Amino acid sequence: MQLKTDTMILNMGPQHPSTHGVLRLELELDGELILNVKPHIGYLHRCFEKHAEVMQYNQIIPYTDRMDYLSSMGNNFGYVITVEKLLGIQVPERVEYIRVIMAELQRIASHLVALGTNGLDIGAFTPFLFLFRDREKILSLFEMTCGARLLYNYMWVGGLSHDIHPDFQRLTKEFINYFRPTIKELNNLLSFNQIFIERTANVGVLPLDTAISYGVTGPSLRGSGAAFDVRREDPYSVYNRFEYDIPVGQGIAGTVGDCWDRYYVRVLEMEQSLRIIEQAIDQIPEGNVQSAIPKRIKPPKGMVYGRVENPRGELGYFIISDGNTNPFRVKVRGPSFVNLEVLGELCKGHLVADVIAILGSIDIVLGEVDR
Amino acid sequence: MYQFLYNLIGNGIIAGFIVAVIPLGVILLYALFAIWLERKVSAHMQDRLGPMRTGWHGWLQTIADMIKMLQKEDITANDVDKILFNIAPVLVFTGSFAAFAAIPFSSKLIGSEVEVGIFFVIAISSLVVAGILMAGWSSNNKYSLLGAMRSVAQIVSYEIPTALVVLSMVMLTGTLSLDKMSQMQTAYFWNWNILGGPHFGLAKFLLIPFMIVGFIIIYISTLAEVNRTPFDIPEAESELVAGYFTEYAGMKWGMFMVTEYANMLAVSGIVAILFFGGYQSPFGYFGNLIGVQWLIPFEQGFWFLAKGITFVFVQMWLRWTLPRLRVDQLMTVCWKYLIPYALVNLIIIGIISLL
Repeated sequence: MQLKTDTMILNMGPQHPSTHGVLRLELELDGELILNVKPHIGYLHRCFEKHAEVMQYNQIIPYTDRMDYLSSMGNNFGYVITVEKLLGIQVPERVEYIRVIMAELQRIASHLVALGTNGLDIGAFTPFLFLFRDREKILSLFEMTCGARLLYNYMWVGGLSHDIHPDFQRLTKEFINYFRPTIKELNNLLSFNQIFIERTANVGVLPLDTAISYGVTGPSLRGSGAAFDVRREDPYSVYNRFEYDIPVGQGIAGTVGDCWDRYYVRVLEMEQSLRIIEQAIDQIPEGNVQSAIPKRIKPPKGMVYGRVENPRGELGYFIISDGNTNPFRVKVRGPSFVNLEVLGELCKGHLVADVIAILGSIDIVLGEVDR
Repeated sequence: MYQFLYNLIGNGIIAGFIVAVIPLGVILLYALFAIWLERKVSAHMQDRLGPMRTGWHGWLQTIADMIKMLQKEDITANDVDKILFNIAPVLVFTGSFAAFAAIPFSSKLIGSEVEVGIFFVIAISSLVVAGILMAGWSSNNKYSLLGAMRSVAQIVSYEIPTALVVLSMVMLTGTLSLDKMSQMQTAYFWNWNILGGPHFGLAKFLLIPFMIVGFIIIYISTLAEVNRTPFDIPEAESELVAGYFTEYAGMKWGMFMVTEYANMLAVSGIVAILFFGGYQSPFGYFGNLIGVQWLIPFEQGFWFLAKGITFVFVQMWLRWTLPRLRVDQLMTVCWKYLIPYALVNLIIIGIISLL
C-alpha cells in the first residue's frame, strides 16, 4: 500500500544553537531526509560597503574588523595591502614580518574556533573548550600587542597601530612549544575518534569541479584536493620567503572532499602556520612600524583588487578611487559568503544531523556573509 | 519493608505511604547530588571549576537552581495540546520513579518485594516512552516532534538487547526477583555474576568472558535508553535545540531533568544488581566483624549507591568525551551489532548453565 506522504518545512535558525550565528536554513524534509536547503541571510547586514563610501580610507579599517570577527587581523591585512597597492607605497620590512606573524596567529585562533565548533555541533563538548583554552593564549598575545582581544584595528595603511611588546617574541615561541603537543591531543580526542569519523567521513562530499564552479576557496576547497592558496598563488607581503606546505584533503577517513577532510585540512594548516611563525619570529628586522604611514590618504583615480588568504578562504577587496579622500566603492569578496552557497548542493539526500556537520565543516562567519 | 512497617504501625495506608516516600526522598536527594556531580565532572574535565559560589565547591547550586525553577512562570504556548502537554512530564517522572519500587537499595529497603522485579522494571520503564511521545506531539513544535520520534525509536529498539541480556541473567540465576539476584551474589566480589556467579567449577570460568560481553552490551544499551551521549540524539542540543522538551519551562522542565538523572541511577542500579552483586559488599560486612547486625543494611545501602553512582559517573565521563552518533548509525549499532551479539550470548550462557 502506498501512503501519501507530505514534506515538512523546518526552519532552522536564526535562533538555533548551531547555525553559527543568525543564519536561517529552510529545510524541506521527508522524515529526517533533506530534500532541499535554502539559506536565508541578511540578519546581520550592517551596510559595510555603503558605509565605506562615506568614510576616509583609514576610518574603514575598524569596519573590516567586524566582518569576519574571528579573523580581524586577516581582514585588516587584506584591506591595508589593497589600499597600499592603490597608493603605491612600500612598507618597512618590520611591518611586513609582524603582519605575517599576526595573520598566522590569527589563522590558528580562527581554526581553533572552527574545529571546536565543528566538534561541538557533533556533540563533543570537551574538545571545544580545550581549543578555546588554547585560543585564549593567542588572544593574550594580541591583547599584549594592541590592547584588544577580538577587534584589533591593528594594521594601518602603511604601518601598524602599535609596535610589538618586548616580550612578544619570547612568549610567541613559548606558545609554539606549548601548542604543538596540543594538536596531537586534539587528534587523539576528536580527529581520529571513531564516532567523529563515522559522523563526518563520506558526509557532504564536495567534488573538486563543483567546488571550483561555485568559487569555493580556503580549507573547503583544499579539502577537495586542490592545493590553491592565495599565499602561494599570488604571494603578498613576505610570504614567498617562508617554507610551508599546503595541506590538501586526501580522503584518509573516507572520500576526498568530505567533512572530515575539510576538518583535517584545518588541523594540518595550524601546523603549517606554526612553521611560518617559527621562521618569521627570529627574522623580524629592527625599524619603525609607523614611518611609512601617509599623513593624508588621497589615492589617485583608479581601481584595484587585492586579496589575501583568510582562514576561511580568499578574502578580496575591490576598491575604486575617484581621487577623493574616501573611496568611491568598496566591494568585498567574502569567503564565507561564497562558500555558503555550496551548502544546498552538499546537504541534499543527507539527514538533519548531517546539515549541522556540513555547516560546521564549511565554517562560515555570519558577520562576513551579511557584512 | 512494607511488611515490617505494617507490623510496626498496623495501618496499611500509612505504611504504604512511608514506603513510597523513602525511595522518593533518596532519589530526589540523589538527583540533586547527581546534577551537581555532572557539573563538577564536566567542569574538571574541561579545565574549568564549575559552580563555586554557592556553598563549599558549589554544592548548594542545584538547590538554588531548583528554587529558581519553582519560582519561574509556567509558560504554556497557545497552540499546544494542553492536557497531553501537562500530563507528559508527570508520566515520564512516574514511569521512571515507579521503576525504583522494585529495586532493592539494601536487603531491608525495597519498595515492594515483587517476585517479578526485573520484568516489572522493564515494563514500567516503557511508560516513559509514552510520556516522551506525548510531550513531543503535544508541544506542536517540529523540533519536539523530531526529538520524540527519535527518542521513541531509540528506546524501543534498545529495549531488545537489554531484555536479551536480562533474559540470559534470569536464565543463569533462575529468578526474576532483583532481591534474590542480589542475595545470590553474597559475600565476596568473586561471587558476583560478572565473575561467573557464586558457584565454583568449570562453568564459572567458562562464563566469565560471556558475562563481560553481556555487561558491555547492557551498559551500551542502557546508555541509549537514558539518552546519554553518544546516544543523546533525541535531545541533541546542536540539532534539535532540546528535543522533546523544547517547549517546556519551569518545574515541568525540571521534572524531565530530574527524570533523566533518576533514570541514570535506575539503569545503573539494574546493571549493578545483574552483574556486580547489587547491594552486596565486595569484601564482607563491617557489621559482621564487630557483631552489630543492624549496621549491615546501612552498609548495603552504601554499597548499592556506591556502585550505582560509579556507573553514573562513567556515563558522565562518556558524555563529556564522545561526540554523538547519527540517528541511522544509532539504529545500526543496535540492530546489526548489539542484538545479534546479545542473542548469541544468550544461547551460549544457556548452554553453559546446563553444564
